[in-house]
Amino acid sequence: MKRALYLLDKGRRQMTKFTQRFPDAALRILIVAVALIGGVLLLRSTLPPSLKSRKIQVAAATEREAARPIKYAGVPACAECHDAQYNLKKDGYHRNVSCETCHGPGAAHVANPMEVKPPAPRDRQFCPTCHAYNLSRPLGFPQISPVTHNPLQPCITCHEPHDPKPPAVPGECRACHGEIDRIKAVSPHALLDCTSCHVTPEEHKVNPRSVRPGKPTSRDFCGQCHRTDSGVPNVPKIDISTHGEKYLCWQCHYPHMPEVHGQEVER
Amino acid sequence: MNRRGFLGRLMSSAALGISAILSRKVPGWAAIAHEPAKSYGMGVDVDKCIGCGRCMAACKTENNVRPEPYFFRTWVERYVIKKDGDVIVHTISGSSEQPIEEARERDVLRSFFVPKLCNHCAHPPCVQVCPVGATFQTADGGVVIVDEERCIGCRYCIQACPYGARYLNPETKTADKCTFCYQRITRGLLPACVEVCPTQARIFGDLKSGASPLTRFTRMGKIHVLKGHLNTEPKVLYTNLDGEVR
Repeated sequence: MKRALYLLDKGRRQMTKFTQRFPDAALRILIVAVALIGGVLLLRSTLPPSLKSRKIQVAAATEREAARPIKYAGVPACAECHDAQYNLKKDGYHRNVSCETCHGPGAAHVANPMEVKPPAPRDRQFCPTCHAYNLSRPLGFPQISPVTHNPLQPCITCHEPHDPKPPAVPGECRACHGEIDRIKAVSPHALLDCTSCHVTPEEHKVNPRSVRPGKPTSRDFCGQCHRTDSGVPNVPKIDISTHGEKYLCWQCHYPHMPEVHGQEVER
Repeated sequence: MNRRGFLGRLMSSAALGISAILSRKVPGWAAIAHEPAKSYGMGVDVDKCIGCGRCMAACKTENNVRPEPYFFRTWVERYVIKKDGDVIVHTISGSSEQPIEEARERDVLRSFFVPKLCNHCAHPPCVQVCPVGATFQTADGGVVIVDEERCIGCRYCIQACPYGARYLNPETKTADKCTFCYQRITRGLLPACVEVCPTQARIFGDLKSGASPLTRFTRMGKIHVLKGHLNTEPKVLYTNLDGEVR
């Protein structure tokens, strides 16, 4: 017992000596430092690696970005099924225009060809996106004025969008009658040949002044398309038995640029 | 052999040995030495751009960019340089509506369109300033992308970009930008803007590949970059670029 008390007393004396040697402030700093380092070590060991490693974060973000769904399928995907259009387009002036430039994103259509149908722009609004005149566009790029260029008719009436044709070298009637041809080319009558109204003897090319081409001599000629019961679609109709009295149609209407009334034609 | 020669040989053989050990220990090293990583870039031929805005529309569709006309990953600027020296620049709307004629045609000296997008700089200021390391260059291709899970939306990168190529996505409240359509190029497809460009004004490819269309583009044309004096080393390369373009 005595021995135990002695040891206790000795211990207390040694402890006092230690605390005297080690001041209170230093002890506190030591405790705080141990707590801090321990805390950091504990946190580091418990945190998931995805929060700690920059390499993992970068890899995850890269993967997430790469895994996003695509909307545009690309030309090879279109060509797999649509041979006809692809072959028509591949040698034409639109050969480098991607299918999806006009038809819109097609990945959904590739995934589900029956349910999802990409649109085909058929109205007059779409083609002028590229082909309307704009002074900033490069020289030589084919441009038109949407206001005067065959008004109200959809572009695809005259132009095959998969194989558009540039203006050709003047020949035949256009070689001499260029002004009329340029007017007619942007009019509703653009698709009519000169010879569908003018009966032109071959001799006219040799002796243009002495051998003249014909002009329609009756109202029934224009009536083939324009009379009320002609059955020709998308053509303005008139009752020719009462309209215009004794005059021929072309005495009032200029056939190379007939006036345009009404709404844009649907196609 | 004198002492200098002996020491020199000793050092070089030691360096050789260390590099040999390192190349075996670190698997990346040997690969880098033999096969350089890709470096994606884009070529823009200003003379070919017709300002149709299909690229802007396709980008918005492909990457779910908001339709409002102030969120763009790529955009097209129209320059009108007048005879009196005035330069009018505006971003085209991207729809089929005709742009307003700011100048009468007879007053115009020259005019053209300039497509713009993130330049995916080799030394990107946006990456440097990000306080949380949310934006970085991908290991393969050097494409600058944003980790939207780490971005805190502080807009510092939007301020730092000298090309104005970044915007704050109002839905995620994080910085957003062109990724060269990373989801497409990793699948072997072209970026959406390149895919739909009707005049091949945009060329995409690997700048380090000998056979990519972009390498041919850099060989055939006189190449300019935007704000080259900033030493950001842009990877969007322009040909036929006008001196007025900033």
